[in-house]
Amino acid sequence: MKQHSLFDIISPVMIGPSSSHMAGAIRLGLMAGKIYSSTIKKVTFKLYNSFAETGKGHGTDKGLMAGLIGLSADDIRVRTVFDLEEVKKIDYKYEFSHNLDRHPNAVDFIINDETVISGNSTGGGNIEITKINEFETSISGEYPTIIVFYKDKPGMISRVTELILEKHINVATLNCTRNAKGETASMCICLDSPAENGVAEKISALEDVYFVRNIDKMDS
Amino acid sequence: MIKSLNTFETLLSYSEENNLPIYKIMEEVESRAFDITVEEIRKKVKHNVDEMKNSIKNGLACREKSQSGLSGGDCAKLREKFKTTPALFGSLYEKISTYSLAVIEENARMGKIVACPTAGSCGIVSSVLVALSEELNLTEEDEINMLITAGAIGHIVSIKLAPAGAVGGCQAECGLASAMAAAACTCARKGTTKQIIHSATLALKNILGLTCDPVLGLVEVPCVKRNVFLATYSITASELAMAGIESKIAPDDVVDALVQTGQLMSPLLKETSQGGLAFTKSADNFKETIKF
Repeated sequence: MKQHSLFDIISPVMIGPSSSHMAGAIRLGLMAGKIYSSTIKKVTFKLYNSFAETGKGHGTDKGLMAGLIGLSADDIRVRTVFDLEEVKKIDYKYEFSHNLDRHPNAVDFIINDETVISGNSTGGGNIEITKINEFETSISGEYPTIIVFYKDKPGMISRVTELILEKHINVATLNCTRNAKGETASMCICLDSPAENGVAEKISALEDVYFVRNIDKMDS
Repeated sequence: MIKSLNTFETLLSYSEENNLPIYKIMEEVESRAFDITVEEIRKKVKHNVDEMKNSIKNGLACREKSQSGLSGGDCAKLREKFKTTPALFGSLYEKISTYSLAVIEENARMGKIVACPTAGSCGIVSSVLVALSEELNLTEEDEINMLITAGAIGHIVSIKLAPAGAVGGCQAECGLASAMAAAACTCARKGTTKQIIHSATLALKNILGLTCDPVLGLVEVPCVKRNVFLATYSITASELAMAGIESKIAPDDVVDALVQTGQLMSPLLKETSQGGLAFTKSADNFKETIKF
């Protein structure tokens, strides 16, 4: 269950005009950038439903790009993000469509033609990353989070959590899904305190682990 | 020891039994839930108060239009009017109305604001807090207490209803903001916990049914002017409560009514821009002329 914070109500400090269409867009971009975590040369933003309809008027296009290059929700440079040198180097485009199976404020980031990261802006600046390539996830940025993709086989969860236990870090929530038995599976681990450097590397070194990301909590 | 703050009833009884003001209880709950010291909480709140002041300053200094052209410039108009013809309600009213307009216009121009509880209602708590602080010569500590008190009200309501127009209509955004502002105002005037809760309740009770029907889906029409209306309105709720006037419907019941009203509200009136003001001839005309 989500714990309600005082700062959910009296925050965020943000660039207007809409927490879902701007702060949420920036945070989705930030999260996608952290998950991808290497140089972005090309990106296609696919905006759905309300994001597609009213996104331009709200500057959602600017917000998504700003987040992707690492600007925070209260960075005034969001307004002129397309003039920034690092953005001029990126080959980017926006697509707008409707899909009632998707959340009203949904977006796909297609990065360097190889990685697709999907997410929703769920209101009040809160977000959820719902998919990384073909894997379902649920990353909100409220906790330090470790994401692991691995081969579905006995013992994988305990091997990964053992490495977290070694650092005396408490696991707040743990969600696992898999495509099919014995196929690739994903683990999304929310922690009560950030995993120190080295934990992600140790998990990466485990046999049959394909992908690991250690993502910080987002500032409110 | 209080673990969570879910109802106004819990807040009132805990406050009266332990002789603690609302802000201290909220600090205690937040501190325990998120493993953060009270000092850190107050530092973060102060940052938000400072950003509220900045947004007022920036908004007052700018008369530019928003990207759509639907808003911007009215704050300057109102200030000029007050210079020649003062407000009937006096200087506090002048400040609250111009400050709220300054902040919400700044929001529409993609300026930096504090969403409280949302961006679309950002002018309400900001303007009431800063205007009162100036008029009553309040301290920094008072300002922090006011914002935490406002946050406590929003916190309790938001457990039952997400502060989002798409979920509960504008009653859940500007409506909730006015209840929070009323509480901040009553806190600033040293009202009792009961008076603070009832000021928020009276505000909520009188905005039940407020829909979210923004023209073109933008946070401008009717949001910009609505911030001014609901900021000034919150003072009325505080005045009544300071006189000891209470809501006949219990505070938690009013929250339940708010939730129920939000559920009964047609989806066409909940941020989809398919009904109400967004579905008028005038709105259609804007659709023709405004292109992004």
